[in-house]
Amino acid sequence: MLKEVTMSEMKIDWQNYHSGHFYDELISAPGQPRPETRHLAQYLASLTGQELQDRKLSAELAIKTMGISFTVYSDAGNIDREWPFDIIPRIIPQKEWQKTERGLIQRLTALNLFINDIYNDRKIIKDKVVPAYLFEDSVNFRKECIGMKPAYGVWSHICGSDLIRDDKGDFFVLEDNLCVPSGVSYMLENRKVTKRVFPELFENHNIVPVTDYPNQLFDTLASLSPRKADRPEIVVLTPGIYNSAYFEHSYLAQQMGVELVEGSDLVVDSDDCVYMRSIDGLKRVDVIYRRIDDLFLDPEMFNPDSVLGVRGLMRAWLKGNVALANAPGAGVADDKVIYTFVPAMIKYYLGEEPILPNVPSYLCVDKKQCDYVLANLDKLVVKPANESGGYGMIIGPQASKKELEEFALRIKADPRNYMAQPLISLSTAPILTNGNAEPRHIDLRPFVLQGKDHCVTPGGLTRVAMRKGSYVVNSSQGGGSKDTWIVVED
Amino acid sequence: MLSRVAERIYWLGRYMERSENIARLVNVNSNLLLDLPAGVRVGWGSLIDISGTGSYFERDTQLADEKTVVNFILADKKNPASLINSLSFARENSRITRETMPMEAWELINDLYHYIRDRAEKVTSRRDRSIILLHVISSVQQFSGLLAGCMSHNNAYDLLRIGRNLERADMSTRIVDAGLVNLLPHLSAGGTEVLEPYDNILWMSVLRSLSAYQMYRQHVRDRVNANAVVTFLLQNEDFPRAVAHCLKQLEQCLWALPNSEKVLAAIVSIQHKLDEANLDELLKSGLHEYIDELQLEIGNLHFKIAETWFLPVVMAQSQEQKSA
Repeated sequence: MLKEVTMSEMKIDWQNYHSGHFYDELISAPGQPRPETRHLAQYLASLTGQELQDRKLSAELAIKTMGISFTVYSDAGNIDREWPFDIIPRIIPQKEWQKTERGLIQRLTALNLFINDIYNDRKIIKDKVVPAYLFEDSVNFRKECIGMKPAYGVWSHICGSDLIRDDKGDFFVLEDNLCVPSGVSYMLENRKVTKRVFPELFENHNIVPVTDYPNQLFDTLASLSPRKADRPEIVVLTPGIYNSAYFEHSYLAQQMGVELVEGSDLVVDSDDCVYMRSIDGLKRVDVIYRRIDDLFLDPEMFNPDSVLGVRGLMRAWLKGNVALANAPGAGVADDKVIYTFVPAMIKYYLGEEPILPNVPSYLCVDKKQCDYVLANLDKLVVKPANESGGYGMIIGPQASKKELEEFALRIKADPRNYMAQPLISLSTAPILTNGNAEPRHIDLRPFVLQGKDHCVTPGGLTRVAMRKGSYVVNSSQGGGSKDTWIVVED
Repeated sequence: MLSRVAERIYWLGRYMERSENIARLVNVNSNLLLDLPAGVRVGWGSLIDISGTGSYFERDTQLADEKTVVNFILADKKNPASLINSLSFARENSRITRETMPMEAWELINDLYHYIRDRAEKVTSRRDRSIILLHVISSVQQFSGLLAGCMSHNNAYDLLRIGRNLERADMSTRIVDAGLVNLLPHLSAGGTEVLEPYDNILWMSVLRSLSAYQMYRQHVRDRVNANAVVTFLLQNEDFPRAVAHCLKQLEQCLWALPNSEKVLAAIVSIQHKLDEANLDELLKSGLHEYIDELQLEIGNLHFKIAETWFLPVVMAQSQEQKSA
């Protein structure tokens, strides 16, 4: 008869941890930790299953008491859920990170030059690097923004790009989020939780701190102020308490020491300046970190039914009386079809080779490429041009025949709206489950700031597909997260 | 501070105070019943009249029995001023303003709301009710103490205290009024000399509902009588639940707040009305009308506060219902 192994007798044995042909962040082969993860692997293996389980419970408790939550929309109403978190940190050596950081800055610099060009001179179209038709029916192109020149020519001040590693361990950019990327508050809170759960690990590792982000964000926003006042008035504009990212909005406002406002708190006066209604009367606002989508910003110019926005806000912005971060219209480069042109942009604007490569992509708008996509639908991942959160896409190898047939019809009906990529084998990292370690797929969302200067978060938010074999890391669809360490090697 | 946040904090102060007052009121009435002989009819319905929610009750308040009234006042979601709704509104306001006060404040309110929600069915039992209501009273006291000791005494704190004292002044006038109209209907015909044995008990219960009995004895040094009780609850400047004291507090809250002239004028006008009242005369006739006028002025004070510091737009949309 088999003896049942209890939690207190169980220990992680890295010999029994297999990640298949995927690149694993912690081990290079069964039983062989990578140089930068050696301490972590040893330490985890020294704890019993029971001890690990206790750490996990204490992390869950910390998340509950710290009130780290996110909202899931569902038919049965909105649910406030505790943030799903795995306690085993993910480690990236600093040397490798420095290169990634340069790549991210290079990419955002080029993207901002591109957005500014599209709304002004359109040189890149005239020089036939990017075709003009892409903008004719781009849902995120805002004709109202044509001719606008925001400070430093920067449109996307806060960018969250999603990075993945292939089976060789090289980073690729999967997509850029240039409108209102979220997740940075969870990156900050994950570190706090890890400090509570594994304080002893911080002694053996030289980990780059992440806590500076709110200050960097504040400085970036302050650099955009149209008035050169000593203390510009900065606000965070939220759609309100029922938004899925409300936790983050209130968290960032609190950390920066600025007001968290809703649309009804702001008013645009006859002088085309923005004011907030305070108990002292109206107070001029210089910079708005808006967490509302473009089309809800201003009922005067966009969606007339929007109650989230501020009447006249676009007027104030176009006159240069207030800075909006990110600028309206910045999402034009969020488009997954335009994404495929980013390497060309980097060469065009900067005369440099891209440091971070794109995932190879096929454009359905091109007849030849589209035929290839349709013929190989079962091997590809097909995404709509303008959806986020993993909605509206299909993962060919995991889809049923009926689903593939239906999706092919959608592509044929609107080829401009789709692009396809080969199924990239996302890297894996161990998560703790029932007192043992098992590999799960992960990605990484670093946050890049651009105002007067550039900043990149050390690491970013590592998202985990908590279900075995799954590639879906979005928190709205059951994804979790990990603390991400950039470690200085001795 | 944002006007929207200011308004939320003000209402948070009001709803927390209202919750405590409701708990006190019901508790005292329950205890009073134990002292009265079976034949004496004490109106549970008068509790509904005090809270001014008669229009939501949809039945004759004078005929209402204990269970119906207690359930309506404590646990009925259709009654906008019920305890459970007051705590639920307090919680929503606190959720939005949690950055402005110590974290424990939100946790306390959140816990208290869940405590009541989980026990809503037990409030009709006298024994459970007493425990539940004492918990509410002590939690609100803890909330006040927490903020007094751990929150910066800034504009937000002032606005919270404005809400609390305005609500408290309003409730004290209602309780005095209820004593006159419902508990002692014969008083309006004169006759303050010799109290009927049970009238005495009833006035004591009025004092007790405001935890004022002991303070009253120390201050008045006379037997409990209608005239002295009414004077004490309206005009005493030292007792925290007396109307004159609440007004003094309100005045002090204004010192650091901007543009407070109109609000101050409204407070001073109520103070004059209190100072100049000849309660001896009014007790003989017209006290009920006088208290009506006081309540109108307190209502007017609320509108001056809203006009000065809150947004007119949000005011109109506001879901909060001030008990009429």
